[in-house]
Amino acid sequence: MISTIISKAIIQGIPLLFGSTGEIITEKSGNLNLGIPGIMYMGGSCGVIGAYLYERAAETPSPFWCIVIPLLAALAGSTLAALIYSFLTITLRANQNVTGLALTTFGVGFGDFFGGSLTKLAGSGGNLSVKLTADYFKTSLPFAGKCGAFGEIFLSHGFLAYVAVIIALLSAWFLKKTRAGLHLRAVGENPATADAAGINVTKYKYLATCIGGAIAGLGGLYFIMDYTGGSWTNGGFGDRGWLAIALVIFALWKPNLGILGSFVFGGLYIAYSYISGLSRSAVAIFNMLPYVVTIFVLILTSMRNKKENQPPKSLGLAYFREER
Amino acid sequence: MKAAIELKNITKTFGSVVANKNVSLTVNKGEILSILGENGSGKTTLMNMISGIYFPDEGQILINGEEAVIRSPKDAYDYKIGMIHQHFKQVDVFSAAENIILGLNEKKKFDLKAAEKRVKEIADRYGFQIDPSKKIYDMSVSEKQTVEIIRVLYRGADILILDEPTAVLTPQETKKLFAVLRRMRDDNKAIVIITHKLHEVMSLSDRVSVLRRGEYVGTVKTSETNENQLTEMMVGKKVTLNIDRDEPDNPTDRLKVEHINCIDREGVRLLNDVSFTARSGEILGIAGIAGSGQRELLEAIAGLQHLNDGVITYIDPKTGEAENLRDKTPMQIRDMGVRLSFVPEDRLGMGLVGNMDIVDNMMLRSYRKGKSMFLERKAPKNLAENIIEQLEVATPNVNTPVRRLSGGNVQKVLVGREIASSPTVLMAAYPVRGLDINSSYTIYNLLNEQKRRGVAVIFVGEDLDVLLELCDRILVLCGGKISGIVDARTTSKEQIGLLMTKLQEESENEE
Repeated sequence: MISTIISKAIIQGIPLLFGSTGEIITEKSGNLNLGIPGIMYMGGSCGVIGAYLYERAAETPSPFWCIVIPLLAALAGSTLAALIYSFLTITLRANQNVTGLALTTFGVGFGDFFGGSLTKLAGSGGNLSVKLTADYFKTSLPFAGKCGAFGEIFLSHGFLAYVAVIIALLSAWFLKKTRAGLHLRAVGENPATADAAGINVTKYKYLATCIGGAIAGLGGLYFIMDYTGGSWTNGGFGDRGWLAIALVIFALWKPNLGILGSFVFGGLYIAYSYISGLSRSAVAIFNMLPYVVTIFVLILTSMRNKKENQPPKSLGLAYFREER
Repeated sequence: MKAAIELKNITKTFGSVVANKNVSLTVNKGEILSILGENGSGKTTLMNMISGIYFPDEGQILINGEEAVIRSPKDAYDYKIGMIHQHFKQVDVFSAAENIILGLNEKKKFDLKAAEKRVKEIADRYGFQIDPSKKIYDMSVSEKQTVEIIRVLYRGADILILDEPTAVLTPQETKKLFAVLRRMRDDNKAIVIITHKLHEVMSLSDRVSVLRRGEYVGTVKTSETNENQLTEMMVGKKVTLNIDRDEPDNPTDRLKVEHINCIDREGVRLLNDVSFTARSGEILGIAGIAGSGQRELLEAIAGLQHLNDGVITYIDPKTGEAENLRDKTPMQIRDMGVRLSFVPEDRLGMGLVGNMDIVDNMMLRSYRKGKSMFLERKAPKNLAENIIEQLEVATPNVNTPVRRLSGGNVQKVLVGREIASSPTVLMAAYPVRGLDINSSYTIYNLLNEQKRRGVAVIFVGEDLDVLLELCDRILVLCGGKISGIVDARTTSKEQIGLLMTKLQEESENEE
């Protein structure tokens, strides 16, 4: 029982982990990308489109292409969305909040439009499904079932779940232990200082935002393939994108803490289904829990006021070299 | 002794302002050269050309005897030149070592531990005290400065330029810094320090080059000169400006400042036992090197600066009643009927809102006047139009955001607004900074007019010639202390110049 709950919490948490790792990388460059929900949505829908088109075109879809094509499609879609955001905020210096919110609206609309169109095209009872591809994505280690609770918690997931954890760990290592990571953090803290030290601020901001967006996009793909089993429903992704952004705060901008945080969020997100006799409105209250916890963390960190746990100092600000 | 840097006929202009004109000087290896000059004499501009921030319009820079083209700070590093600016560029949440290696692209593997070890080595070699893993936000100003200096040394600099390094240090920290600089000199590095403190020049440097208003005056050996000669080189002969000055008309005490002290959060004494009286119908000048406590003094009177002790008494011109201004908010000071108008030195930071137009900026002083819930815009608009007309503010119309106006015009708007509230005490800090001659005279005339009306005017200026001709009395601040109050009609430029630098030397001798 407990192991099932934990396993389900992990499945819920993985999309959030992708999203928050991507957003942490982005925010470390000083860009507050509120377009992450839209980017994740686009990543998911592009993945589905890629998978659907391949499944239809190929007579006998090979497992390799069934994995690679949706993966590349999701990465391309989300990177492109992040690139739009980067161009608007870094090159044109548009307001980051407005751009991000607009991108979220755009991304959701994009996903619903193409996802919806495909559903219509598929014609099969208004349900777009790429079950074959999803099964490849969900393939877990063959002996997972024999390892009892340990197997259920740690070994029963599709490969993307492990990719999420590895990316988060790599990001933590990158930010802390590499020269490029140091430079990236300097850009987000104090771009003028970074600029004076000879760091290419624009390059770092673009790269961080686009790579962050690509990582977040994988969260959307995981949701579609692993969580829903390959069936697309408009709006099915829900508020997970915003949860990912809340998770950034919960994790104090540390990707390794994000791993733990994502499982906690995932657990809180599904907690209602393990409490019997809840009414619809009570479920909604339970769904709020992750946000409540985030606010709690915000209050705690601002009360303790430890400098390392604060957001990057220039977060949300455009950088002009000429303006001093 | 070999020359490290030779400057030949360097000229640099910004628009119509000549910052440096035909400057030639030499810095040798294994010596400390002081660049001495008043505020605005072009010292920093000159050094910025060596460190790659600016590029000279004319002239040559020779490094180690070969002509050098320095277009960026990176080029300067390639020539092994490092400059320590007055404002440190550091990332707060990084450690000292992280800041020091920031932006370096060494071929070696990234290794913070090794970098920390090298920082420690450099520190030990020259006698710095530093903890490489300490975060910047935990550091005192002097520690931050140490980080900057090591940062430059870490990059292998042989020529160090320090822009007013002691401005933010306590006397003890200054002593330590000087010891370190001497050790670097003995290590055959060339060191340039920009300063306007005479006693530092005398105690530290081997030679002194003096600049005055962008022009090179000369270089002397420290051992062959004295403070009087340097002061004369620095301030030059008196220039007659023909500013009107009436005799004060029946001066009465208006503002009494008694024994005020002000200590900032880091324990630095900003104001030290300051006492004086400002009288009606008189212009009291305040002279002093930048950062000697002028700003704090004015802010203390305006109610913006917390004082540790002392009394500020205002004597009401109508009733003759004395009221204490100390520890009252600016609004309370107004409500008491005490009218202080304040022209802050940072005109767009504290005086005006850049994105608002002239009318709205006028309303910052008058928005409480209206009775209805809607704003009264007519009076401020008239006022704005009056100011534009009388002070000849160059602006397309009253609705232009003040940020778009030139510095001089912004200044006129600010001074105009403050004078319009018909004050009884008018404080003006550097009201002519950056203005051309005509606009400057407009401001002088405005101040004189206020004086004739019986206002007690306090004028903080940096040009000694102006202070000598405009003011009735001149109060000289030095390191937060009053080093003298002199009669502007009888004193000399040299006397003020010495007072501006004198006191600190005495206090250092006491230790």
